[in-house]
Amino acid sequence: MTKQIHLAAHFPGVNNTTVWSDPRSGSQIEFASFERLARTAERAKFDFFFLAEGLRLREQNGLIYDLDVVGRPDTFTVLAALAAVTDRLGLTGTINSTFNEPYEVARQFASLDHLSGGRAGWNVVTSWDAFTGENFRRGGFLRQEDRYLRAELFLRTAWELFDSWREGDVAADKESGVFLSRPDAGAFAHRDEHFDIAGRFNVPRAPQGRPVILQAGDSDKGREFAAATADAIFSRHGTLEAGQAFYADVKRRLPRYGRTKDELLVLPAATFVLGDTDADAQERARVIRHQQVSGQTAIRHLEQLWNRDLSAYDPDGPLPDVDPIVGENTIAKGRASTRMFGDPLETARRWRELAEAKRLSIRELVIEVTTRQTFIGAPATVAESIDDLVQRDASDGFILVPHLVPDGLDEFADTVVPLLQERGVFRADYTGATLREHLGLAHPDRRPAA
Amino acid sequence: MTSGRGPHLAVALDGAGWHPAAWREPDARPAELFTAGYWADLVREAEAATLDFVTIEDALGVQAARADGPDERVDQVRGRLDAVLIAARVAPLTRHIGLVPTATVTHTEPFHIAKAIATLDFASTGRAGWRVQVSGRPHEAKHFGRREIPDRIGPDLVTDLFDEATDYVEVVRRLWDSWEDDAEIRDAATGRFVDRDKLHYVDFESGWFRIRGPSIVPRPPQGQPPVTALAHTEVPYRFAAGATDLVYTTPSDVDSAALVARRFDAPPLVFADLVVFLDGTPSRATDRKKRLDAWDGAPYASDAAVFTGTPAQLADVLLDWHAAGIAGFRLRPGAIPHDLTAITRGLVPELRRRGAFRREYEATTLRGLLGLPRPANRYSTVEGAR
Repeated sequence: MTKQIHLAAHFPGVNNTTVWSDPRSGSQIEFASFERLARTAERAKFDFFFLAEGLRLREQNGLIYDLDVVGRPDTFTVLAALAAVTDRLGLTGTINSTFNEPYEVARQFASLDHLSGGRAGWNVVTSWDAFTGENFRRGGFLRQEDRYLRAELFLRTAWELFDSWREGDVAADKESGVFLSRPDAGAFAHRDEHFDIAGRFNVPRAPQGRPVILQAGDSDKGREFAAATADAIFSRHGTLEAGQAFYADVKRRLPRYGRTKDELLVLPAATFVLGDTDADAQERARVIRHQQVSGQTAIRHLEQLWNRDLSAYDPDGPLPDVDPIVGENTIAKGRASTRMFGDPLETARRWRELAEAKRLSIRELVIEVTTRQTFIGAPATVAESIDDLVQRDASDGFILVPHLVPDGLDEFADTVVPLLQERGVFRADYTGATLREHLGLAHPDRRPAA
Repeated sequence: MTSGRGPHLAVALDGAGWHPAAWREPDARPAELFTAGYWADLVREAEAATLDFVTIEDALGVQAARADGPDERVDQVRGRLDAVLIAARVAPLTRHIGLVPTATVTHTEPFHIAKAIATLDFASTGRAGWRVQVSGRPHEAKHFGRREIPDRIGPDLVTDLFDEATDYVEVVRRLWDSWEDDAEIRDAATGRFVDRDKLHYVDFESGWFRIRGPSIVPRPPQGQPPVTALAHTEVPYRFAAGATDLVYTTPSDVDSAALVARRFDAPPLVFADLVVFLDGTPSRATDRKKRLDAWDGAPYASDAAVFTGTPAQLADVLLDWHAAGIAGFRLRPGAIPHDLTAITRGLVPELRRRGAFRREYEATTLRGLLGLPRPANRYSTVEGAR
């Protein structure tokens, strides 16, 4: 059976994927930019809009990192405002389970769901670092190994709060004078290793019951957490082989939790570069890669692996002959990516081999090893690869990350989406009102018993 | 309008109105209290009458008829939406009116509130404010489980809670200032998006928290959105005098209005709160309030003065109090929509006839409407001094 593709728009964020030096690049903070991208996504019938979050400005070599976009809005506030300028688009945001409390986050998501008519989604992330903790009352209170436990307990607590009101609790019957159908609506009591709370939740049952849950963890624990709790998983595996392996792995975990494979969607992040022809798109991609990775950016990127100051090196010259410093990464703070390098000595060795074999400078090497463009080509080529990857179970769709704010999705909306619609694999119009309906997920109150 | 020509005017929105039985009025919309459309209609109504701003009530617990926590009553409105998010939801639908949500400081993170109000200021292009609320309610503390608040609050705890609020507002203001206005440079020549010398660690440390900064949100359009608070007694008065741009007070008559106005050197601007029940004749207003009281089973009591009468009579009171030194009023409609539209379509035209209220908006920001200058950034270095 032909699978339907799910598409989401990621507001370009605080990293070097976002090209701010382009003359077409607009404000990263004015609401008009968020509105523009959200309206484009809705015009293209996308499933949802997505916002990332980072709760501390990134630093490198002890200084605020200044080469990429810096600054972003508060997630809940901007999503609530976007609910006013869109009608159907899902509104999903990243909210940290370490530096928040369940009562507050649950009422914010329940409120967002009410105010958007059932379009709220929550990308649950965990962090533990004392660096981010310095912006919060509790500081860096969480041990790294406890972060998934905290996240899962946080999420389960929030669910109890969402479920503390039932549909129909608000009677609002003027005639009889009964506002509440039962006096204890919202009552809850929860106790575990992280949360010991009780009382009355103060937001009535939201249209979706609970917001859609997204999860982005890639480790074994992260995958297990997603299989147990998430509605969609935001993965990094956009290619055919890696995508299929990841897809099979997480879907295989579902039966353990009494869930079917349709109850967890796999949505890798993906970038794209379009052109009139495939060759034209390749050339544009090359230009964009050089915008994304300047000589300075390349040196900074290498420092994150080498874990030492490399500012004396020439980005157009060969890779450093010194080895990375192994151990705690002291050079870069506030980045998830430093965890992805694996064994730094081994990675450095591979990079040196690659650079020698292809005669690459530092900058060229970094461009080579950090290439993010998943889809490059004429619209027909891109439409075909997206469809192919979805039909071959490398994903259920993609979270698209444009490289330009706020118009970076326009071309995709105008050229690729109609082709997907012609193929019959992407909706021609919304058929549902809520994000759950767009994603084909059951309402929690109407889910068949497992 | 300048403040010399008449009082500022705001309305305090809360559920179906401030009377607990207001939701039973024939024109009330109790089934829509948790929808965006309801709030958009109310704020648009206020904006059509060129009011300075609306406040939106909030709390970290369920409403109750008693002060010490949730009750078992089912005949009053229970449940509410997050006020900051309601304000954000209506921001793109309005153009001029100030949006002042309530947010509690006692159990929340200054870093989160700073970025939420800053973002509301971006979404409304300079119309955000904040009503600071302290929670001394034991049941709200139990929703967080991070500290205990005893059932009987002594004076020391009250002082503590307001000291914490003072520090909280200070750190929020620092976070708003932690980006200089021109920190974003997009300098292609050097490849720098920001000038990091214009981003500042706030390094605030007190007995309550230690916050490093800078904010993740650039400095909002107003620099610092106006900070407001309700105050009834000595300790909160001190807090308001030191930490806010605008204080809501609750005088009972013109003499106490004059007295409270003299307590403060502006800023803060001194507003007076009044609960209003308005009708074409005084007796109709009184009868309506009696009907509501009968539904609720008790005469309505409030921390603020309760006014029952005609819009013209209310205009007399407001202008008297204004002459006594009150800069503006935050009117709490007894029932919505009835008393809201009596304000917007009765009181406002009456004040305009007397030359005491604006006919159109004269500013595009809330600070502009209130006559508050945009604050300098505490971290800005004098040009050339670096």
